[in-house]
Amino acid sequence: MTTLLRVDNVSRSFGGVQALRECSLDVEKGSITGLIGPNGSGKTTLFNVITGYVKPDAGTVTFNGKTITNARPDTVFALGVGRTFQLTRTFARITVLENMLVATQRDDSWLRGLTRSMSSKAEVANAMEWLSFVGIAQLAELPAGALSFGQRKLLELAYVLVADPDVILLDEPAGGVNLTLINTIAEKIKALNEGGKTFLIVEHNMEFVMGLCASVTVMHQGSALISGTPDDVRSNALVLDAYLGGGDDEESEFA
Amino acid sequence: MSDTDVFLRFEGVVAGYGGGDVLKGVDFDVSQGGVTCIVGPNGSGKSTLLKTVSGLVKPRLGQIWFKGRGLVGLTPKEILQLGVVQVPQQHSLFREMTVMENVELGAFLVKDKKVIAQRMEHIREVFPIVGERAKDKAGSLSGGQQRLVEFARCLMLDPELVVLDEPSMGLDPKTLRLVFETIRKMNAVGRTVLLVEQNARQALKMSHDGVVLENGTVRLRGTGAEVLNNPEIGALYLGGSIAPPSSGPGS
Repeated sequence: MTTLLRVDNVSRSFGGVQALRECSLDVEKGSITGLIGPNGSGKTTLFNVITGYVKPDAGTVTFNGKTITNARPDTVFALGVGRTFQLTRTFARITVLENMLVATQRDDSWLRGLTRSMSSKAEVANAMEWLSFVGIAQLAELPAGALSFGQRKLLELAYVLVADPDVILLDEPAGGVNLTLINTIAEKIKALNEGGKTFLIVEHNMEFVMGLCASVTVMHQGSALISGTPDDVRSNALVLDAYLGGGDDEESEFA
Repeated sequence: MSDTDVFLRFEGVVAGYGGGDVLKGVDFDVSQGGVTCIVGPNGSGKSTLLKTVSGLVKPRLGQIWFKGRGLVGLTPKEILQLGVVQVPQQHSLFREMTVMENVELGAFLVKDKKVIAQRMEHIREVFPIVGERAKDKAGSLSGGQQRLVEFARCLMLDPELVVLDEPSMGLDPKTLRLVFETIRKMNAVGRTVLLVEQNARQALKMSHDGVVLENGTVRLRGTGAEVLNNPEIGALYLGGSIAPPSSGPGS
């Protein structure tokens, strides 16, 4: 296995809060890597650093051997790093399908983006295929603003997939999503992974993370506390204390 | 019809946002003093239903009875005054204001300073974080901590009915447990709780009653355990892997 994405000693403060503290993480090519940790431990900030939304104070990020520290979000995206957000970001007043078509235009120059009025049949078909993939094809003609929170999360997932990135960063894909649908999403991620996609997933739903990820990294107070297999992580005393919480009586709920 | 013995009743509630009806005739009762959990697929109308209770969405047809009084057509403020308080799905604190200021805002309808002080004292007991982080900006708290402050704020009106839209969303497992315990605690001191949860298995375990909403209508209602153990509902909405009740914790 080779490392596709490497975060090396990244630090970042916001005012007096140190959100990332010499944080390092390797994502192997072709893996599904989980990133867990308490609220406020720096998971989303790490995503923001990797994808260029936040500049680190120190440290480097490399993708495919290329340094992407301080690269702009669109540059990182164009290189093949796609992501979703914890709270969804979609265009509310245009339709679900139109949202998808916007995502397919990433290879165009800005001029072509301004002047093109029609998407090709192939682009529409491709967009519809991804909407079916996440189970919301029947909503294609609705304005995205009419979707429920969970449906918007699915749209965002489809939106990232249609751009065909090499590595996909998912920020709480299961949050606000129905349990049966969560299982469906897990199956789809597995299928995409078998097709060669690499995933880095932030998620609090332990069943989802542990069932899907071969490697899990636990963040705590801005640093990577430990990395290992789901079993290693689950049985680690530090993780139990910092993240899963005490109380053996209810442990089965999170196992 | 109006019935003063019924705490909260949805009667043929039809509502939407202009592009068709999201709720297509919802009927069920919420009993006083309990925890009622609404589950269902994404887009089934759960959040919309909660918004009709707090007056944020006005039903096109039907009525919602709260202790014999019709809520349809009342303003959100009037509904608050009746003792119905909602905590929304996405974070709603004023990030640039302090924790204490946010909680105090919850009492904006209360004029008696003595009453406010008493409630604040009580709330600091139930939610220690309100005292510990009183002077910190709400935006500096973690997601789970903000959730607890939102609960604290909603109790400043001393509500009879607390409406919660996905209280566990985005919370780590440890905080999730704390939040669920806090909901139980709010219920134990006399508040009726109506909540929507995608974390359905754990939520139903702590709920007296469960309601399954599907495509804008009630598909099933029963005790929390009945809904949890209904095989068909399990396959459709609870991930299809419900452990038999005997293997559950504490049994």
